[in-house]
Amino acid sequence: MRIFKSRAVRAVTAALAVGMIATGCASERGKDDAKGGDKDTFVFAGAGDPGSLDPALASDGETFRVTRQAFEALLEHEAGGSKLVGGLAESWTGNPAGTVWTFNLRKGVKFHDGEAFNAAAVCANYDHWFNWKGTYQSSAVSYYWQKIMGGFAKNEDKEAPKANYKSCTAKDENTAVIEVHEPSANLPGGFSLQALAIHSPKAIKEYAKQAASGKGEAITYPKYSQEAGTVAGTGPYKIVKWNKGNKEITLERFDDYWGDKAKVKNLVFRTIATEEGRRQALQAGDIDGYDLVSPADVKTLEQAGFNVPTRDVFNLFYVGMTQEKNPALKKPEVRQAIAHAIDRENIVKTQLPEGGKVATQFMPDTVAGWSDKVKTYPHDTNKAKQLLAAAGEPKLKVEFCYPTEVTRPYMPAPQDMFELMKSDLEKAGITVTPKPMKWAPDYLDATEAGACALHMLGWTGDFNDGYNFIGTWFAKYDKQWGFKEQKVFDAVNAGSKIGDPAQRVDAYKKANEAIMEYLPGLPISSSPPAIAFGKNVNPPKVSPLTQENFAEVSFK
Amino acid sequence: MLRLVVRRLLQLIPTLLGLSVLLFLWLNRLPGGPASAILGERATPTEVARINRALGLDQPVWVQYGRFLKRIFQLDLGTSTKTGQPVWDEFALRFPATVELSVLAMLIAVVVGIPLGYLAAKRRGGWLDVASVSGSLVGICVPVFFLALILKGVFAVNLGLFPSYGRLTTGLNATDVTGFAVLDGILTGEFDATLDALHHLALPAITLASIPLAVIVRMTRASVLEVLGEDYVRTAESKGLEKNTVRVRHVLRNALLPVVTAIGLLTGSLLSGAVLTESVFAFGGIGSFIKDAIDARDYPVLVGFIMFIAMVYVVINLLVDLAYSLIDPRVRVN
Repeated sequence: MRIFKSRAVRAVTAALAVGMIATGCASERGKDDAKGGDKDTFVFAGAGDPGSLDPALASDGETFRVTRQAFEALLEHEAGGSKLVGGLAESWTGNPAGTVWTFNLRKGVKFHDGEAFNAAAVCANYDHWFNWKGTYQSSAVSYYWQKIMGGFAKNEDKEAPKANYKSCTAKDENTAVIEVHEPSANLPGGFSLQALAIHSPKAIKEYAKQAASGKGEAITYPKYSQEAGTVAGTGPYKIVKWNKGNKEITLERFDDYWGDKAKVKNLVFRTIATEEGRRQALQAGDIDGYDLVSPADVKTLEQAGFNVPTRDVFNLFYVGMTQEKNPALKKPEVRQAIAHAIDRENIVKTQLPEGGKVATQFMPDTVAGWSDKVKTYPHDTNKAKQLLAAAGEPKLKVEFCYPTEVTRPYMPAPQDMFELMKSDLEKAGITVTPKPMKWAPDYLDATEAGACALHMLGWTGDFNDGYNFIGTWFAKYDKQWGFKEQKVFDAVNAGSKIGDPAQRVDAYKKANEAIMEYLPGLPISSSPPAIAFGKNVNPPKVSPLTQENFAEVSFK
Repeated sequence: MLRLVVRRLLQLIPTLLGLSVLLFLWLNRLPGGPASAILGERATPTEVARINRALGLDQPVWVQYGRFLKRIFQLDLGTSTKTGQPVWDEFALRFPATVELSVLAMLIAVVVGIPLGYLAAKRRGGWLDVASVSGSLVGICVPVFFLALILKGVFAVNLGLFPSYGRLTTGLNATDVTGFAVLDGILTGEFDATLDALHHLALPAITLASIPLAVIVRMTRASVLEVLGEDYVRTAESKGLEKNTVRVRHVLRNALLPVVTAIGLLTGSLLSGAVLTESVFAFGGIGSFIKDAIDARDYPVLVGFIMFIAMVYVVINLLVDLAYSLIDPRVRVN
């Protein structure tokens, strides 16, 4: 056993040293290649791993960011905006009742596996989703299908929503007709969702062979959704590899794409969980762009010469008030006092990136249905004090829950935002008891159950329809708000049953006015989620719905 | 020898059973489940209840435990609620990264730590001694994630000498044979990939090595000091034996006994350091996977991982005993 011979130790040390120097050299060489003029790989970092390569099984932005480059839906939003335009359908019409949707499809479109795109392919997709069974019917898997189209051909769960999807018919090669039972506020917007993007019918046949989970007690995603090779869409990129160990998904330009071909040959999405990690990777030149930039970093990055384009706002941050079990909050004057006490301008100025706005109602001004006639509650501490006195609550005490260790696009720094609101409320004589909680599941469970007097949350829109915002909170009694004001519920639901878009928007405006008159909570702000790109990158048009098309990206 | 191995492996069974009961009781006390982690702010009470029912989380805890035990006997750890893939597959996918990282960290700690500890003891009170003792104190006191952030900030971001995250450079397209990036490059002749993997490993491995290195230096030093004062060393020296023979056969061989035990235990504890280190360097191993699992309340992964760690500890202890018998003949006789 002469393993500790000093000569051996010396040899190993020398080997290690040589190794370090060699790897240093090797990687310097690699970096030179990467920084060369004809770069053919664009690397973008997200905050979390995608869940599936089939967007129909997902409900999270990290998955959609990747799949959106490879899959297209019937409709989409105009580049950089929130207006619905044709996607795989060049044009579309709805009947006055809003129950029959006719799509004139784009011609000459090919799927990544060589199949032709036509009306039969569209119907193959919709029928495939409608006939999902077993675990696919869990809302953890088919969240968006259920949200837009209700349940399935055969609902296996009593609690599942009633099916609103009726049929899909291929009228001819390039005309698909989709029918639903009832008019819905989610249409036509829903036709633009990644979760309802169109796959190759050949791939769909493969999907159908693979059931999700046979065990029934855990959701096992089917194999096809976890490795590249089976999934096939029509997008400008095709997915070629998912290396889970290295947390990266590689896409390659699809040369038969029907529209403008992708400018960069390879597109790679990587996962770096922390904001700071993503920023450092960009500064170090290891990646070419990243999303969910901390507002605090925007200026630093811009000054260093990075591209940090501003998206338009499409989200809403609010303070919720739970009336049940909190008698004081049942009094309108108390809710108004809280609204007047909070200095929303200051929150926007100090906590949000450039382009953040104070919210006057429960939707951003980019959404159809936003009204300029709502009742407003400007910051006024004295008025707040008077209202509290009038309500007989001059020494009001409230619990205020807020989440820790989380950033959301509408809520970049929850703790700092909470501190500002707490000090505003205290200036008006309100005693605030802070209740910090872990985001998931503690905080989300508590807010859902109405366990917090005051809490803060928000929402990012899926598509441009007012119901997607106000319908989420105020369509019916909800423990989170704990009030039963039929007038508000009726006003909100009025719009959702109207087929005609112009009339629907008017109904939403009235709903917003009714909500702000009643004041169930306080809308605080809308925030433009920042996205950053390297100095040598020509960024894509940024989208308020965070639907960037990376085929537009090129290197300078 | 064989009897020792078999006895140790049999001891695993009650250990793991007891542990699984404790785990289940503990997880059952935690509020909430994976449903809200899956749906985020889009979760409604109805949806959460539906998902919990689908996952069998609405069943009493003993029913869940029974199902879990049944699966364990089929060597099935269940399915990750977050990724929807079998837990074994997820571990297998990420295990190589963590093993590479831990082995390299331990290698650094042993190769640097033992000679340093020995030299510090030999030149007691000299500058090297003072430097290594105070250095090791810093190594033990500085939190791992803090060291990781400092190293990353200085060497990766500011100086650009090392990559700031990941296991391999994007677009390298290395062939994947075993999942061990360093090894794959050697097997396939893609030495670029091996160097690239080592380059990515350097900072996280140094970070992870900091604590074991500090412990090994201090233990070796103390142990060598003790042995140097022993009669048999003086005898050996006065017999006129070669310096190297005395150093290796008499001093180090006896001094290393407690250090070998420590190395074994430290290897087990590397996994906890790996959770923090891998998170900072976005290194796709078991460590960062566990952190994600904690955030997502991914119970099957957490249970599987803790059971796995328990197994690792038992196996490491076994290896330590075997190593003992190689170094110290008295153990073999007993």
